[in-house]
Amino acid sequence: MFSRAYKAAVTLPPLLWVMAFLLVPYALLFCYSFWSVSSSQTIVHSWTLENYRELFRVNVYLQTLFRSMWIAARVMIFSLLLGYPLAYYLSFYAGARKDLLYQLVIIPLWVSYLVRAYAWKTILGSDGVLNTLLQYVHLTKHPLEFLLYSPFAVVLTLTHIYTPFAFLPIYASLEHIPRNLVEASHDLGASPPQTFWRVIFPLSIPGVLAGATFAFVLSFGDFLAPLLLGGPSGIMISNIVVSLFGAAYNWPLGAAISFCMLLLVLALLLLSEKLEKRWSFR
Amino acid sequence: MTTITEAVVARSSESGVRPLLDIRNVAKSFGKNPVLRDISLQIAEGEFLTILGESGSGKTTLLRIIAGFESADSGEILMEGERLDLLLPYRRRVNTVFQQYALFPHLSVEDNVAYGLRVAKLPKSEIAARVSESLAMVKMSTFAGAKPANISGGQQQRVALARALVNRPRLLLLDEPLSALDANLRRQMQVELKSLQREVGISFVFVTHDQEEAMVMSDRIALLRKGELEQVASPREIYGRPATAYTAQFIGHTNLLRGEVRAGIARCHSLSWKIGLPDGPALFSLRPENIRLVGSATEASFVRVRGTIERQAFHGATDLLQIVCDDGLTLSVRTATRENRQGEVLLEFAPADAVPVRESPDRG
Amino acid sequence: MELPMRAARSNSRWLPWHAMVVFGFLYLPIVTLIVYSFNGAGVGGFPPRNLTLDWYRMLFADDTIWESVLNSLVVALAAMAISLSFGIPAALALDRANFPGKTLFRRLVLLPLILPGIITGLSLLMLFREADMKLSLLTIVLGHGTALISVATTEVFAGLQKMDRTQEEASLDLGANYWQTFWRITIPNLRLSIIGAALLIFTLSMDEIAVSFFLIGRDNTLPLEIWGRLRRGITPEINAISSIIFVFSLIAIVGWYRLRMVSEAAPEVVTELVETA
Repeated sequence: MFSRAYKAAVTLPPLLWVMAFLLVPYALLFCYSFWSVSSSQTIVHSWTLENYRELFRVNVYLQTLFRSMWIAARVMIFSLLLGYPLAYYLSFYAGARKDLLYQLVIIPLWVSYLVRAYAWKTILGSDGVLNTLLQYVHLTKHPLEFLLYSPFAVVLTLTHIYTPFAFLPIYASLEHIPRNLVEASHDLGASPPQTFWRVIFPLSIPGVLAGATFAFVLSFGDFLAPLLLGGPSGIMISNIVVSLFGAAYNWPLGAAISFCMLLLVLALLLLSEKLEKRWSFR
Repeated sequence: MTTITEAVVARSSESGVRPLLDIRNVAKSFGKNPVLRDISLQIAEGEFLTILGESGSGKTTLLRIIAGFESADSGEILMEGERLDLLLPYRRRVNTVFQQYALFPHLSVEDNVAYGLRVAKLPKSEIAARVSESLAMVKMSTFAGAKPANISGGQQQRVALARALVNRPRLLLLDEPLSALDANLRRQMQVELKSLQREVGISFVFVTHDQEEAMVMSDRIALLRKGELEQVASPREIYGRPATAYTAQFIGHTNLLRGEVRAGIARCHSLSWKIGLPDGPALFSLRPENIRLVGSATEASFVRVRGTIERQAFHGATDLLQIVCDDGLTLSVRTATRENRQGEVLLEFAPADAVPVRESPDRG
Repeated sequence: MELPMRAARSNSRWLPWHAMVVFGFLYLPIVTLIVYSFNGAGVGGFPPRNLTLDWYRMLFADDTIWESVLNSLVVALAAMAISLSFGIPAALALDRANFPGKTLFRRLVLLPLILPGIITGLSLLMLFREADMKLSLLTIVLGHGTALISVATTEVFAGLQKMDRTQEEASLDLGANYWQTFWRITIPNLRLSIIGAALLIFTLSMDEIAVSFFLIGRDNTLPLEIWGRLRRGITPEINAISSIIFVFSLIAIVGWYRLRMVSEAAPEVVTELVETA
């Protein structure tokens, strides 16, 4: 129905733009990771594997990488634990209020990340709301130090940010489940808990995978929360990259780390996609 | 290890003459909208009962109340003397075949059929045996490992049937299961379902809007109109002796003759015949196949009228003629098929074939 | 459809409580922020006392902040223009055209959505470096515009799925050419998706940090201005501006949601295209 000219007209402009501003930059990232920086702080365009060797040789990089993955894993788990029952409640039990509640969930999602991370900072600090509240009601005598400038604060804040991200695809997949399947399950003698584990949960797995992937990948690459709330023990891999592009001025090394992150994320996305397809029953 | 048939036969010999399902004064409204008004109905062991009605008649709602997916506002339902309506749907010995089959997409055909048995935690060997028996009964054994997405609509329907029956319910509910199938497959499935029911001996409650389907399959038909039962009778009875005008018109074709009875004579336009009804206005249902085209009068007691053929519709085995009578009455007449009927004819029918029916008042 | 009431009550009484806890968790920081923006003693401390509008007054007198707000607005509008101009054709292309590399194209377009912003930001930085381009609001515009094409594409693609195709066929049948059909039929039908996408892109651009962080020149956007001040220390002024940001985001997102409801769509947005990818 659409002529070739039409198809070309709609395809070429975005294609070219995306190639120029996405494909080329990512390719540049790849190239940079093989270059090096000279002593006079200029980028030398000679090809070397030194950056990658350094990445694996120097402990701090791998340590931070694994810490970032561990933080991301915890954020993923908590986001799912918070998000799934919420999605289930909205989809199956909320009835007329479903719409309103859905809006309530997505509102925080689009309210400035910075604002929310900052808010947690004011809550968790030693002079912050939580500490002074606890002392006010005499539950504690001294401010709890671990609340801020720790991995705990990072995990807490990131969970807060990414729970709605986890919620969305789970809710979508739950909404897609035809209600007559639930009735059929009851008809065949299964109680609601049995129906959940045998029918509802298996059919919601693609949504869970998507939500888990979002939460993990975005937490993994986050640099704001650790910077604001992480303290020295909460540094994540992105912070190292940021400093390499800033004060520590080593773009090629930063690019190498970034590229590794990119590969890791792509691998996770592909894995998640594969699993989602296996568990998708349309 | 008993087969389904043996199990049912054994059970029905214990229960005596009490109806299997006793629906008493069930009513249900959705908001201000009354969907069922005071329904009372009994279903016997081993019978094939069809709940027939147009969309909006409440037939699906009634079925869902029996299954437990809706609860009635008032009234009760007893199964073998015990309150069924107080039980949660997953505790009732009732199974449903859903309109869109509702097969679990993530489970194979086999696992779908086994679902109810696994939930009940029956031993694996028994499950395996009953599942293969069930699949064989609906002729789907070779598809045991397939997923619902990969089999046709008709095949899905059989699996849905097997999945319900394998649990040996006391009652099987079927919610317009054939409506998604094309005409030929439908006819085939009607026959298969009927013989399956006979074989298995379980009571079937079948919901449909297709009156032909109802007549072909049922032991009894319960005709539902706007939330009330018009008539509950066997197909022959409901066809031959419709109780109301609505019944007469909904099931098959009919001519509704509006007339008056005076001093034992019924009169409608120029027609008159002896009848033992009290004086007053009267309504009669006269089936088109009961009016004959004759060359000259036969029986003296038969009613006769002249008319002209206005229209002829070819229906394969028969013709349906529309005849305008000399006195202005229009009648539909069904005769053996013959090309190009026209002109003047003499019509004749027996007074017994003009069945008196009640009016069907408009309900809000 | 809900589960039968009797069943619901017996087995899952904890679900509503869980939901309340999660909502509390989600809104606690925001509520705290707003409350403390009126707190005389500044940020922190419990309970809040000395309610005052001082911080808001300070905020409105702060020129630098409003400069950055203006910058952010300019960037957001420009980014919106870019994202829509490329995102709408991209959605059409994905819907109607088949070409070698289509899958790669689709993934590439959607990648910035799921990739941590830092990677996209860095890559663009390197591009501008190699092209000898100075960092400025323009580079930020290019960054936002590119990253947010994915949002436009997703929304418009979803809108296309729900569109009645036969309208375009009818238009062509009646003699209009592709260009006319596009403007007279296609775009009006996609109106709601486009407006929804525009709202979303605007909101996201106003809040964007990760990509902007690397592409910033002399002029700050609002989030980066706030960020800069945060590095120097917390002031309640920030609570005030944050509260205002919250109110605007609230309006924007509720507006967006209502639009989606009007277009009779089920509100599963971004995830749809990603899942079907």
